[in-house]
Amino acid sequence: MSTDVVVKIEKVTKVFPRGNVIALQDIDLALVPGEFVSLIGPSGCGKSTLLRIVGDLIEPTSGTVTVNGKPARRARLDHDYGIVFQDAVLFDWRTVSKNIAVPLELLGWSREKRKQRVEEMLELVELAGFADHHPWQLSGGMQQRVSIARALAFEPALLLMDEPFGALDEMTRERLNLELLSIWQQLGSTVVFVTHSISEAVFLSTRVVVMSPRPGRIAGIVDIDLPAQRSVETREDPRYFELVTQVRELLRKRGEHLLPEEEAQLLETAE
Amino acid sequence: MTARAAGDRFVEWAPAIAVFVLGIALWEGAIAAFHIQQFLLPRPSDIGKTFWTSRHLLWPAGWYTFKEALGGFVIGSSLGVVCATIVARFEAIGTALMPVAIAASAIPIIAFAPIFDVWLNPLSPTSKMAIAGVLCFLPVLVNTLRGLQSASPRQIELMRSYAAGEVEIWRRVRVPTALPYLFTALKVASVLAMIGAVVGEYFGGAFNALGVLIRSDAQILDFRTAWAGILVASLLGLSLYGGVVLLERVVVRWAPENRGS
Repeated sequence: MSTDVVVKIEKVTKVFPRGNVIALQDIDLALVPGEFVSLIGPSGCGKSTLLRIVGDLIEPTSGTVTVNGKPARRARLDHDYGIVFQDAVLFDWRTVSKNIAVPLELLGWSREKRKQRVEEMLELVELAGFADHHPWQLSGGMQQRVSIARALAFEPALLLMDEPFGALDEMTRERLNLELLSIWQQLGSTVVFVTHSISEAVFLSTRVVVMSPRPGRIAGIVDIDLPAQRSVETREDPRYFELVTQVRELLRKRGEHLLPEEEAQLLETAE
Repeated sequence: MTARAAGDRFVEWAPAIAVFVLGIALWEGAIAAFHIQQFLLPRPSDIGKTFWTSRHLLWPAGWYTFKEALGGFVIGSSLGVVCATIVARFEAIGTALMPVAIAASAIPIIAFAPIFDVWLNPLSPTSKMAIAGVLCFLPVLVNTLRGLQSASPRQIELMRSYAAGEVEIWRRVRVPTALPYLFTALKVASVLAMIGAVVGEYFGGAFNALGVLIRSDAQILDFRTAWAGILVASLLGLSLYGGVVLLERVVVRWAPENRGS
């Protein structure tokens, strides 16, 4: 296998013992460096489970995940992952800058080096004036930016994002989408992004992996051939609409597996 | 603090102060109006006077008892924290012990006071410290344990993604999460400690202990001194509680109830 693969997922199956639920079945997927891959699908399709398996937060029942040529466990111990969850998961007892410094402390960085990096990250997520604020003094969108800054502070090989903007309002979400893209382009990280918004997936990604539930499988992969430089206008590009439709149809094709409200929820976010 | 904030603070406290002053005035007035016998219920003003005139007797006695309460508070709470840590660390111990501990917290510990007096020297402060300590132990154990177990699973997951070990997770997530719970328990314990020490002394203790003094004054119908002794006990109990609250404000400034100040 060439070294041009950051993440290699091979025949990954996950069965949850309770109720014998097959969350994922025979997933194969490879990511190249600098890719932005979205996993999309209805609840129960195993997209978050797959993300957690890649991050070695849970173990697959069978199959393997290789990150930078090493097993996921090794990659986690080598600090190859930055993770952002749906909630910002900030520590209330730490200020914004100290929250961002958590992974750096764990890596044993010196105080000066930490301080410098935290300042750079605050600049990057446009929170320079909020270093000494506590998380509860920030809006939801700002908290999520802190969380992103923390995940990227130590330049992990792989950024794992589990519906990071799912709890935010539409306006904030679209602004943060643009910010995330600009950060991603500056840093060149590889991103795995879980979402249930079709428009978000198409707008952000280089590839969209559509998943279907019961058991969780890859229903299809859509290459997003929109220009690399994306902006507000991208959302009005005819090609953008074609791709949105393509993703939606892949989801619909598997629609017979969906509960009506799941389908409604999925399709509504694409409008 | 700005003048405005000070004003707000005052408005916030005004009703409580008014109720307190009114209560004292009613008490004073009722005694005059219904000719209540002095030895049954002394006037607040007389209690205040005795508090001052008998200060050479009452205050050292209060200090003596306060030291017992403080000792019991420190020992009992520390043991509570240590046990909570062990139980939280080794789940099997918790499943075996916690139901027993919770059932034990329903036992009126104070009923054991005479037995502690027999086990330990009743005239020594140790027996009172033991009662105060046992009283403090359970609430601190139960609350701290709850705190240590309340760490957010997401925060722990995040720490694992950074390859943090158990020690790091304890230091950076579990302990900070448990601190507000610990302080809630310490506030309860501070009050219990003073109760334990004073009530322990009712069953016998050193001559210069506050509880002994209150009891003997009540027996010889010197209610003014007895009440003044109760006032001393209350003030000392309040100051211990206040000390814990101040410490809490410094240590867990970020907890929801301490925000904004």
